[in-house]
Amino acid sequence: MEIVALQVLNSLFYAAVLFLIAAGLSLIFGVMGIVNMAHGSFYALGAYITAWSVVAASAALPTPALFLFLLLGAMAVGFVGLVIEPTLIRPFYRRPEEYQLLVTFGLLLVLEDVIRAVWGGTPLTAGRLVDSLGLVQIGGLPYPVYNLAMIGVGAAAALALWAFIYRTRFGVLLRATAQDRRMAAALGIDVGRIYALAFGLGCFMAGLGGAIVVPSQAAVLGMGVEVLVMAFVVVVIGGLGSLEGALVGAIIVSALRTVTIQFWEEFELAALYLIAAIVLLIRPTGLFGRKS
Amino acid sequence: MSAARPGPFGARAIAGAAVLVILFLVPAVAGTYQTQLLTYGLTLAIAALGFNLLLGYTGLLSFGHSAYLGAGAYAVAFMMRYLGVSSMELFLLGGIVFSGLLAALFGIVCVRHTRIFFAILTLALSQVLWTLAYKFFWITGGTDGIRVPFANVTLLGGLVSFPGPDAFPRFVTHYYYYVLVVFAVCAALMWLIVHSPFGKTLQAIRDNETRARFLGVRIWRYRWLAFLVSGTFTGLAGTLWVPLNGLVTPDVLYWPQSGKIVFFAVLGGFRTFFGPIVGAVTFNYLEVYAVALTEYWQLALGIVLIVLVTFLPAGIVGTAIRVSARLKPRGEASS
Repeated sequence: MEIVALQVLNSLFYAAVLFLIAAGLSLIFGVMGIVNMAHGSFYALGAYITAWSVVAASAALPTPALFLFLLLGAMAVGFVGLVIEPTLIRPFYRRPEEYQLLVTFGLLLVLEDVIRAVWGGTPLTAGRLVDSLGLVQIGGLPYPVYNLAMIGVGAAAALALWAFIYRTRFGVLLRATAQDRRMAAALGIDVGRIYALAFGLGCFMAGLGGAIVVPSQAAVLGMGVEVLVMAFVVVVIGGLGSLEGALVGAIIVSALRTVTIQFWEEFELAALYLIAAIVLLIRPTGLFGRKS
Repeated sequence: MSAARPGPFGARAIAGAAVLVILFLVPAVAGTYQTQLLTYGLTLAIAALGFNLLLGYTGLLSFGHSAYLGAGAYAVAFMMRYLGVSSMELFLLGGIVFSGLLAALFGIVCVRHTRIFFAILTLALSQVLWTLAYKFFWITGGTDGIRVPFANVTLLGGLVSFPGPDAFPRFVTHYYYYVLVVFAVCAALMWLIVHSPFGKTLQAIRDNETRARFLGVRIWRYRWLAFLVSGTFTGLAGTLWVPLNGLVTPDVLYWPQSGKIVFFAVLGGFRTFFGPIVGAVTFNYLEVYAVALTEYWQLALGIVLIVLVTFLPAGIVGTAIRVSARLKPRGEASS
């Protein structure tokens, strides 16, 4: 029974990470109508930057201060996104979708190799953060407090994002631009700025996902594409462009993943895609998707 | 229009025949290594032809064609390891059947969706296959893969075999001609397909799906057939690739392989018939020589891809056609 409790917590932790990535992917799609193939690489970038800076600063700073690097790592990724959108992505909004996919795929190739060039092939960890929070006894079994805290961070991020989009002035502008770009521009909204900020925010969330995952698992090459494929399952089930969909999809996917890994490890991805395919057959736009 | 003037098809047929003659002479002039490189290029060109039936003619961008390349490749490995088959013709048959079945199955799921969802689903399904090949190591050999030594392969129903320690150069020469013939057949077949009523219907669907639907075209079925043909061509390429490589590992199913196939088409120009062929052969040379130059080959690849789609979306062949049309006197340049 205790094992079940731990598995539920593990899957919630994974759901928090998946939600951050899938929500960013969905946000960018919802506002700009492009699917960012490089989104997983932003997640990997967040993980590497965080792990690297935590390791670099761990001698100089007390451990509690190192938690700040989780946020800084994510912000660095957000900043990269803020620069990339106007320079690289913007010329492609008027072009057919093939080209949008191709340019972000090129970005994926570049980012994967930049990560390899900067940090090399050895895995990076920031395990000290997990150790510093210690363990808690759950039904007599030890569980890292860090994971519990990060489930909280995921929940807080979901709430904050919802409040940001539905309760702030910027959120109104964002939704207006997503609904009708030309009308928004005609009303005097600086669409270019909104796009850059939305892309940056999406990248920030992917980076945050990477930042919170890296103290408990090492940053390794290839983690970006692995998570991209997972995030695709989430948005296919939940509906691309929907925040609720990203949340529900992330919870469904990570629960399913935990169960399949437990009982039928070889079929982890296959089982997830089978579910995704069934959802698509019944509801082609996903559980929360809008008709395009 | 009139019979006196050689149409563009006549000129192209002459050019195509000339290229085939040159290709036929390659092993006599070039060494074993260069012949081997070109053989690789030609097998990849078959994959690119198949891929482009979807991207160029149907308007569907697949990021998962490694699945069919891998299916064709693993078909050979399984047949050799578990059934003791050595005949290349049987391998080709097995590769076509195996990759065709897979494409038929994946196609049912993928062609219901277009654009982004199509790209996502194709990528995802190929990754599923990759993890299966990776995790069922007792069948697939896992990361070690399955060895397919060329010495165990016979061509033309057992007439040509390659025993002995020094058989490799002989194998390369023979195999080159074998691949060249298969390539020529595939290219001719694909040419017929894209110029048939079926191919024209695909292009109509690509250009205006709604109108095609109003005309009573069963869009779905056409897309599914295109997917099937595309996957089978790519699978055939995977089958031909195996004896050259001598080894099949899950890498052949991994996403960068799909990325390469996409790259062939974009590099050569996916709006033209010959673009992907030129793209595949060029890419193969680029890869071999660039990998020797730099460790960060993927980085270079990404930059080239971004530059291509930003500034030269027509690719090598498309740009060449445009340039030559501009150089021609005005009267001829039309049509």
